[in-house]
Amino acid sequence: MHRFANPARFLRIARWATPITLGLGLILTSVGLWIGLFDSPPDYQQGESVRIMYVHVPAAWLGSAGYFGLAVASATALIWRHPLATIAARAIAPAGAAFTAICLVSGSLWGKPTWGTYWVWDARLTSQLVLLFLYLGYLALSASEGESGENRKGAAILALVGAINLPIIKYSVEWWNTLHQGSSINVLAGKSTIAPAILTPLLVSVAGFTLLFAAIVLMRMRALIAEQRVEARSRRLAEVLA
Amino acid sequence: MKLKAKTQRLYLVIGAMTALGGAGALAFSTLGDKATYFYAPSDLAGKAPPTAAIRLGGMVEKGSLVRAGQTVRFIVTDNAKTWPVTYTGILPDLFREGQGVIAEGKIDPGTGVFTAETILAKHDEKYMPPEVAGAMHKVKSVT
Repeated sequence: MHRFANPARFLRIARWATPITLGLGLILTSVGLWIGLFDSPPDYQQGESVRIMYVHVPAAWLGSAGYFGLAVASATALIWRHPLATIAARAIAPAGAAFTAICLVSGSLWGKPTWGTYWVWDARLTSQLVLLFLYLGYLALSASEGESGENRKGAAILALVGAINLPIIKYSVEWWNTLHQGSSINVLAGKSTIAPAILTPLLVSVAGFTLLFAAIVLMRMRALIAEQRVEARSRRLAEVLA
Repeated sequence: MKLKAKTQRLYLVIGAMTALGGAGALAFSTLGDKATYFYAPSDLAGKAPPTAAIRLGGMVEKGSLVRAGQTVRFIVTDNAKTWPVTYTGILPDLFREGQGVIAEGKIDPGTGVFTAETILAKHDEKYMPPEVAGAMHKVKSVT
């Protein structure tokens, strides 16, 4: 654990991991979206609007997975006080928020032709909107704490408390009657109710977007570390000159 | 034995998350069906019919759909109980027999018929190409 918490070692790994995840992510996302949008069958009920799923599902997955990462990084920052954990959390938050927003917008656009409405306050849609607000809350709190030179403890606690929303999002469609349909893919049982011709591009696209997400986080972490170093250097310089 | 500071913090975080999870579970179990988006016919059967506007959800029973101009009548079923619904207006594209539906409206106190103001189509978790669906149901593609 401590071995990877060393920023110098992290930067050495990130230097080659960034182009690999970025390149693979771009390739898989392009392939997945190409097959999904142009070379896969329509759905027997929804027709062509099923294609929104090739963006919506990866975005929903990364919104939740990103928040899980944010919570784990925040817990690590609170307990072990690794500076790299706070940097990881700050790097994940805007990317996760962006994907959560994409999930909400794409789902809304799909909802109008399919359900007959852009939005309803059912348990799934509401809990997903709460996820976006949790991200925005984290970003705001972290930014304000950063200015006062704090350890961003408040933002980390907010991220942990908000993690309670993750199982609510996941099981909202089982615990309550919702307009949103239930899960199609059961990862643990390895089962799905999606035909292979639709499932294959979906999984490729999920893998591609996930790698892109990883590349974005790596790039942001490197930028944040560089920013901190510049700040530390200019502070030292100012002290020398004073 | 004095615990190390970081071990203390680890226990604190674990303890706080457990307490929070417990509180959340309690809150949501009390919330119960108040957070539900719609009632199934079984939820309404055997009780005094609510006078306020509610949502009724289930499947449109096959063979129950009757059209009369702009007005449709159909039966919502959850495979246990059923409820008659009437609606005047434009239906969503996905509305059809054998598919999920959510109706917003009121139960007519006289006839017991659910008079819908809004109809939403519910999609299920199955996705497949029309040919596959056609082969499975031995019917022509519905799209």
